[in-house]
Amino acid sequence: MDKNNLNNIPKDLFVPLVRKEDTSEKISAPSRTFFQDAKRTLLGNKPAVFSMILILFIIIMSIVGPWMNDFGSDEQDLKRAKMPPRVPVLENVSWLGMDGTLSGKFQGKDVQQATAKANARFDNKEEFIDIKVLNKGDGTRNSAEVEATYRIYEAKDMKDTYFWFGSDALGRDQWTRLWEGTRVSLIIAFVAAVLDLVIGVAYGGISAFYGGRVDNVMQRIAEILVGIPNLVIILLMMLVLKPGIISIVIALSITGWIGMSRIVRGEVLKLKNQEFVLASRTLGTSNGTIIRKHLVPNISGIIIINTMFSVPGAIFFEAFLSFIGLGIVPPDASLGSLIDLGFDNLRLYPYMLVFPAIVISVLMIAFNIVGDGLRDAFDPKMHK
Amino acid sequence: MTRYLLRRVWYMLITLFIIATFSFFLMKILPGSPLQAEDKLSEEQKAIILEKYGLNEPIPVQYAKYLGGLVKGDLGVSFKFDNTPVTTILMDRIGPSALLGFQALVVGSILGIILGLLASIFRNSPIDFSSTIIAVIGTSIPSFVFAGLLQYVFAVKLGWFPVALWGTSAHTILPTIALAIHPMATAARFTRTEMVEVLHSNYIITARAKGVSETGIILKHGLRNALIPLITVLGPMAVGLMTGSMVIEQIFAIPGIGEQFVTSVMVNDYPTIMGTTLLFAFGFIVIILIIDLLYGLIDPRIRLAGGNK
Repeated sequence: MDKNNLNNIPKDLFVPLVRKEDTSEKISAPSRTFFQDAKRTLLGNKPAVFSMILILFIIIMSIVGPWMNDFGSDEQDLKRAKMPPRVPVLENVSWLGMDGTLSGKFQGKDVQQATAKANARFDNKEEFIDIKVLNKGDGTRNSAEVEATYRIYEAKDMKDTYFWFGSDALGRDQWTRLWEGTRVSLIIAFVAAVLDLVIGVAYGGISAFYGGRVDNVMQRIAEILVGIPNLVIILLMMLVLKPGIISIVIALSITGWIGMSRIVRGEVLKLKNQEFVLASRTLGTSNGTIIRKHLVPNISGIIIINTMFSVPGAIFFEAFLSFIGLGIVPPDASLGSLIDLGFDNLRLYPYMLVFPAIVISVLMIAFNIVGDGLRDAFDPKMHK
Repeated sequence: MTRYLLRRVWYMLITLFIIATFSFFLMKILPGSPLQAEDKLSEEQKAIILEKYGLNEPIPVQYAKYLGGLVKGDLGVSFKFDNTPVTTILMDRIGPSALLGFQALVVGSILGIILGLLASIFRNSPIDFSSTIIAVIGTSIPSFVFAGLLQYVFAVKLGWFPVALWGTSAHTILPTIALAIHPMATAARFTRTEMVEVLHSNYIITARAKGVSETGIILKHGLRNALIPLITVLGPMAVGLMTGSMVIEQIFAIPGIGEQFVTSVMVNDYPTIMGTTLLFAFGFIVIILIIDLLYGLIDPRIRLAGGNK
C-alpha cells in the first residue's frame, strides 16, 4: 500500500475482530523454578560445562587409572628407577617425549670429550647411545657440542615394559602413583569442603536464627578466630597431628568454616525477617520446618558456590602441606608430594614434575571455572 | 574513630595472645626436645642442657617466662643453632623475604591493574578474553608449580637467570615473578569487575555529556573510583604472599623467613617454629588492621559505619 493512499482504503478491507478470550496475560512458556533457571544458565556456559567434563574425567581416572596397568604404587625396584615415559604407539611420535629415551646436550673441547661425557652420564652403555654432533668445536673449552639420545629401555633389556608416565627415583610407576595421588588429593578436598559446609552452615545458621545473646557470643568467638591466620593454625596442627589424610582434613576444617558461617549468617539475618517467614510463623510452623522449607532453599545457591570455591582451596593447601613436608607420608602419594619429588629431579628428569603439575593445574582451573559458572548461574541478574 | 582503633588494637592483642598460648602448649605436647639425638649424655649433662633452655622448670613457670619474654620481643633461644636467639635468626632473614614480598606486591598489582583496565576498556574483545584467561590461570595454578616452570624454562634450559640462591638483583627476578602472579591475577579480575560497574555509573555519563576526553573519563573518573575497593583484596593478597614465600623461598633456596620455617619444621626446632609462627601472625594481623584503617580513610562512608559500630 502506498503511503499517499492511506486515506483511501476501501471499506471492505475492514473486518470486525472475532472476540476471543484475553490472551495478553497468557503464559506462553512453562514457568521455570529458580533452580531450573540456574541449570539452564550453567549448561549454556561452555567453559563451565567443559570444566565439569574435565573434572569428571579426572575423578574417573583417579578411580580406574591405577588398575589400567600392572604396576602397584609401592612396588619399588631400583633397577628400573628413573625410567622416562614410554607409551605404545605414541613412542613413534618423536616430539612428544613419550618414546622412552633420555637425551641431553653435552659440551667438551672436542667431539670425543663431549661424547665421553655423554657416555659417563648414561651408564656407559655406548651401543644404546645415539650421538648427534651439533658442533665440532675448535679445541677450546666447551666449544664442541653433541646431543646424546639414550635408549634406556633397550639398555636395561626391558623392551616390552612400558612406564606410561615414567618411573620415579625408587622405580615406582608414575602413572599409578599419579592417579592414586589425585584420588588422595580429591578425597581430602571433598571431605574438607563438606566439613566446612556442615560446620559453617550450622554455626552461621544458629547464630543468626536465634540472634540476641547467642548471636553476640558466637560472633565474638568468630571475630577472634577470623583474626588468626589459618595458615598458622594449619601448620601448627600439622606439626602436632600424625601426618596423614585425616590430620590434613582436620587441620583444613578447623579454620575453613569461618568464611562460610559468616556468609550464611548474613543471608539468614536478611531472610528471617522477611514477610514469607513471618507468614509461616503466624501459621504456627515450627522452627525446624521454617529452617528446612524456607531458609535453606533460599541460601542453598550461595552455599553451593562457596563449597565449589573451597574445593580448589583445599586441594591447594593439601599440596602446599605435602610440598613443605607436613602432609602425606610415603609410600602414599598425593599431588603435592609427587610435585615435591619432581622438584628434586627437575634438572635431569623433568617428566617427574610435569605430569602431576599438569593434573593439579587442570583441576584447580576447572574447579575455579565451574565456581565462576555457578556464581553466574545463581545470580538472578544474569538470567535471560 | 579513636574508639574503633582502640577496639581493633585490643582484638589484635587478644588474637596474638591466643596464638602465642596455643603454639606454646602445642609445642609442649609434641614429642622431642633438644636432647633427642644425644642418648650418650650422662644424667648431669642432660640436666645442664635442660637448665640452659629453661626446660627443667614446671610448665606454668615456663609459660609465664615465655609470655614475659614475648612482651620484650624475646622469642627464646633456638635449639638448633646453638645459643642464637630466635629474634636474631628472624631479623637476619627478614630482609630477603620483605624485599621479595614488596617487589611481588608492587609488580603484581601494577600489572594486574593495567591488565584489568585494558580488559574493561576493550570489553568482550580478544584482549578482554585473554586477560580473563590469564587471571583464571594465575589464581588457579599453585605458585610452586609456576615457580618450577619458571625455574626449569628460564634458569635450567635457557640459562637467563640464576637457578637459585640469593645475591644480586638478578636472583630476585624469577622468585618475584613467581610470587607476583597471584596478586596480579587477583588485581586484574577485581579491576575489571569494578571498572565495568563504574563505567556504567551516572557520573560517567555526566562526564561524557560535558565532554571530558575518553582518557580522562577512564583514568580520572573511572579508575580512581574502581581502585578504592581494591584495597580490600590487599589482605588476602598479603596472606597469599606469606604462603607463597614459604614454598618459593624453599624452591629458590632464598635465605628468608619462609625457608627458615620449613627447615625448622624438618629439624624440630620448636622455639624457631613458634617464633616464626608468631611473626607471621603478627604481620598478618597488622596488615589487616592497616588495610581496614586505610579503607576508612579513603572512603568516608566506611569511616562513618566503622565509627558508629
